[in-house]
Amino acid sequence: MTAPISMASPNRRAMKALSNGVLVVIGIVFLLPLVWLVLASVDSSATLSVKWPETFTLGNFTAILTPERSLIPLLNSTMLSGGCAILTVVASLLAAYPLSRYKMRVNKPFLYGVLFGTCLPITAMMVPVYSLFVAFNLIDSVGGTILFLAATSLPMAIWMMKNFMDSVPVSLEEAAWTDGASAMTTLRTIVVPLMRPGIGVVFIFVFIQTWGNFFIPFVLLLSPDKQPAAVSIFSFFGQYGAVAYGQLAAFSLLYAVPVLALYVLVTRLGGGSFALAGAVKG
Amino acid sequence: MTAVLTPATATGGPETPGRRPGEKKRKRLLALAHSAPLLPAVLLLAVFLFGPVISSLYGSLTNASITGATAANAEFVGLKNYFDLFGDPDFPKSVLLTIVFLVASAIIGQNGVGLGLAVLMQSANKVVRTLVSTIVVTAWVLPEIVASFAAYAFFHDGGTLNEMLGVFGVEGPNWLYTFPMFAVILANVWRGTAFSMLVYTAALNDVPPEIREAAEVDGAKGWQRFAFITVPMIRRSISTNLMLTTLQTLSVFALIFVMTGGGPGTDSTTLPLLAYQEAFKFGELGFGTAIATILLVVGALFSIAYIRALRPEVD
Repeated sequence: MTAPISMASPNRRAMKALSNGVLVVIGIVFLLPLVWLVLASVDSSATLSVKWPETFTLGNFTAILTPERSLIPLLNSTMLSGGCAILTVVASLLAAYPLSRYKMRVNKPFLYGVLFGTCLPITAMMVPVYSLFVAFNLIDSVGGTILFLAATSLPMAIWMMKNFMDSVPVSLEEAAWTDGASAMTTLRTIVVPLMRPGIGVVFIFVFIQTWGNFFIPFVLLLSPDKQPAAVSIFSFFGQYGAVAYGQLAAFSLLYAVPVLALYVLVTRLGGGSFALAGAVKG
Repeated sequence: MTAVLTPATATGGPETPGRRPGEKKRKRLLALAHSAPLLPAVLLLAVFLFGPVISSLYGSLTNASITGATAANAEFVGLKNYFDLFGDPDFPKSVLLTIVFLVASAIIGQNGVGLGLAVLMQSANKVVRTLVSTIVVTAWVLPEIVASFAAYAFFHDGGTLNEMLGVFGVEGPNWLYTFPMFAVILANVWRGTAFSMLVYTAALNDVPPEIREAAEVDGAKGWQRFAFITVPMIRRSISTNLMLTTLQTLSVFALIFVMTGGGPGTDSTTLPLLAYQEAFKFGELGFGTAIATILLVVGALFSIAYIRALRPEVD
């Protein structure tokens, strides 16, 4: 019994060392583009290549911390992502309730339809959506953009929400139903409190996705004072002849840090980092 | 909103179902009341997702444009846009570039590297595992545009990659100009691998260790255990992940837009970029819509395949 294990163990140790070595190399390769962002942001003479700054400076950050350059775009991002996440959570929570609680003939076609929706390439939708927005006179409308963003995040949110709701036992609600409570009352007073972490996960998930979305606001929002950070950062890269790379990196970090923090929060909240990826599998 | 109708129905009540004459009608009313909370979601999806898909099909048959005489009242032109599309040399090239991008970055790159990372992590040290997966996931969680800038800086003429090649005495080309597809493919692998890594890590964790140990006792070598035991056991994850990464890669826009702008010329213009340029840069809305429609159809085909693969889980 001990023979095969002791025979395997030096082999296993070599395997472990090899795995560690290869992983470290891949890790370094993956890290390099990220290191540039961090080092360039504190370098007064940043270029496109990774180098240790000769003088560390916070000048890049102070230079971009003006209302037009970062505060307004970041506020716009917060409004778009927050509005979209609230709308998505409410709509998906309501939709998930009948899907999770009643056996109805609409359930299956609806869920299939929604699953189909998660797979549509949103990039391809922008041309027809642009025409729709022109027709409804919604171009450059923050509200309209929020509605569209919510529609794009709904399919995934409905699936996630339904999965979370399925794990809340129905038996808890049955007592309330016999006492005459309505479905909406039990949803509010029993189901929602029990699935608070799940709702948090969906909210943050939608928020992160919308925060990072570039193409949708890029096409639908035209006035600079309405554009979120994703779009304003691009114009600041594209329009000036000589790009201030240090400032670009500083702005990128300022814009990226909130979602990185939220991601850490979401992994604490619900089932590890896989919660986001797992949701995609339905 | 269904407060008045739903309470009694949920419990079913004492009456025997399906016997009374009014029962059928009552049941239908019940189903209607039960499904009422679906309404906000259905409205949003119908107006902003499925509406545009339908109008895309129609719009691709018109000569709509952003400005000029055809902006307000577009005319029906039948399949003209599609004929023009197939006659335009940019289109087949763009289709080819899209396929290259999908196969190299999603199917081979993200899935291969993701599976490789997940397998290596199984036998690695905990600290290494945590550090490497954090780095890989960070590239994925970063906002698209930030990741695109980082990739741009990495591949640029005087960027990090060439700097590093310089250490070995190799003078690197301007990757974004000379090998634009190569650069955007690697960038997409860098950005998207985390997803596959997470999917495969979860799948591998579900493989019962006893089975692998039994094979080990029977004398199966490492690669044999992987090929004949692990891979067949995670094949469902492999097929769904292939589909999902392909779909995600099909709609990559910002990464290519920032790194190369589709250029030089049209050398990295994949279909989403071509649709964008035709519709918004050249104002040919109808033509752009035709390209978008083709993309949607491709996406729809993948969706159907995906749903079919998932079917037993959904039912």
